[in-house]
Amino acid sequence: MPVGDGLFLSASDGRPMYQQIVDQVAAKVAAGDWPAGHALPSIRELASASQVSVITVKRAYLELERAGLIVTRHGKGSFVAETQELPKALLRADLEGRLREVARAAARLGVGIDELKRLLVAAHDDQASHTAARPEEATR
Amino acid sequence: MTAAFTLSGVCKRYPAFALEDVDLALPEGEIMGLVGVNGAGKSTLLRLLGGLALPDRGTIEVLGHPMPAQQVQAKREIGLASEDMRLYGSQTLRWHMDLVRAAYPRWDEAYAGELLRRFDLRAAQPLKAFSHGQRVKALLLLNLARRPRLLLLDEPTTGLDPVARAEVLEALSEVLRDAARSVLFSSHDTHDIERLADRITFLHGGRVIDARDTAAFLDDWRRIVCHGALPASVGQWDGVASVRANGSLSELRVRGAEAVVGLLRAAGADVRSVDPMNLEEIFVATVRGGGKH
Repeated sequence: MPVGDGLFLSASDGRPMYQQIVDQVAAKVAAGDWPAGHALPSIRELASASQVSVITVKRAYLELERAGLIVTRHGKGSFVAETQELPKALLRADLEGRLREVARAAARLGVGIDELKRLLVAAHDDQASHTAARPEEATR
Repeated sequence: MTAAFTLSGVCKRYPAFALEDVDLALPEGEIMGLVGVNGAGKSTLLRLLGGLALPDRGTIEVLGHPMPAQQVQAKREIGLASEDMRLYGSQTLRWHMDLVRAAYPRWDEAYAGELLRRFDLRAAQPLKAFSHGQRVKALLLLNLARRPRLLLLDEPTTGLDPVARAEVLEALSEVLRDAARSVLFSSHDTHDIERLADRITFLHGGRVIDARDTAAFLDDWRRIVCHGALPASVGQWDGVASVRANGSLSELRVRGAEAVVGLLRAAGADVRSVDPMNLEEIFVATVRGGGKH
């Protein structure tokens, strides 16, 4: 029986396995399931509990480290980063994920980079005017 | 660091089949998946590693023991499960468990009991009353409960129903917890392998046609769809394994997509999508692309 720390990964999810791990760990941190300083399961534990290869989890942890979400201390394992920047790092990781999705959708449609830039600028301006019109919803 | 096994220049010839020039190694603590069609040489390779057959040429080392010189020591730490393994039909599973337990002092009775429960097997039942799936699980139990340092599994999930397959994969992924244990398993179900294996080896016609870590395989191959006329030479480009055209659309399966996408754009083609491929598609592309060395 898989124990509590297993992640829910699916082969029918379009994202690669390591990306699914990155996203789920980020979601756990965002939800407060794993607070700052929380020790992540060891790579082997998580691989075993989630039934994926060790190499896949290693790669996910490296990505999470690069994004500043976790820190790895030699011989001690990985922990959720203590940084004040955490919410920002999470939002940024989320934004980058969404942009990758946009890029994929554009490629499927055959929308080139110039047209994509135009669409992005339009979306940006639209959002800016929205925020200006209703300042109480501007959260930042 | 010890290697779980090392094969160098290994050849094994049978009248109708030959395994040729196999160089392959697995670092300790890793899982390797062996992918190949029937008759590719997967079972021969596993039998050589398990000490059930001798190579005609080349050297084999298992867990630091040269084979066959130290095969007695090696076999103590190897668990080999393959379909042609004989179990005694008239005897119960309990009888088999006691037999293995007497031969291997590292037998873990508590773990065996847990596997019995998980695999939903009855120890008091004679083996001849077992279904195919139950026999496969029984054989796996007899091997896993010995806690061998190298597990050699020949098609451990073939012919299992989806529930039994999930049980077997769960038990296999538990082995991952221990950094001193390694697994080599063959399958023609690439989905099992893609998910669990750190390394993947493609075997075809008795030769290793590609062997790398799983991420490298999946990162390397892409399916490119583009629009517009392509140069006639595109099939000969480096890394292009296959080209199919349908009207003005073409689909390419390539290794090293970046270079090919650059060339396609330079040739005036409109690249519509570049998508990852799964292991099954990569295997077929490698075999068709004549991945011979």
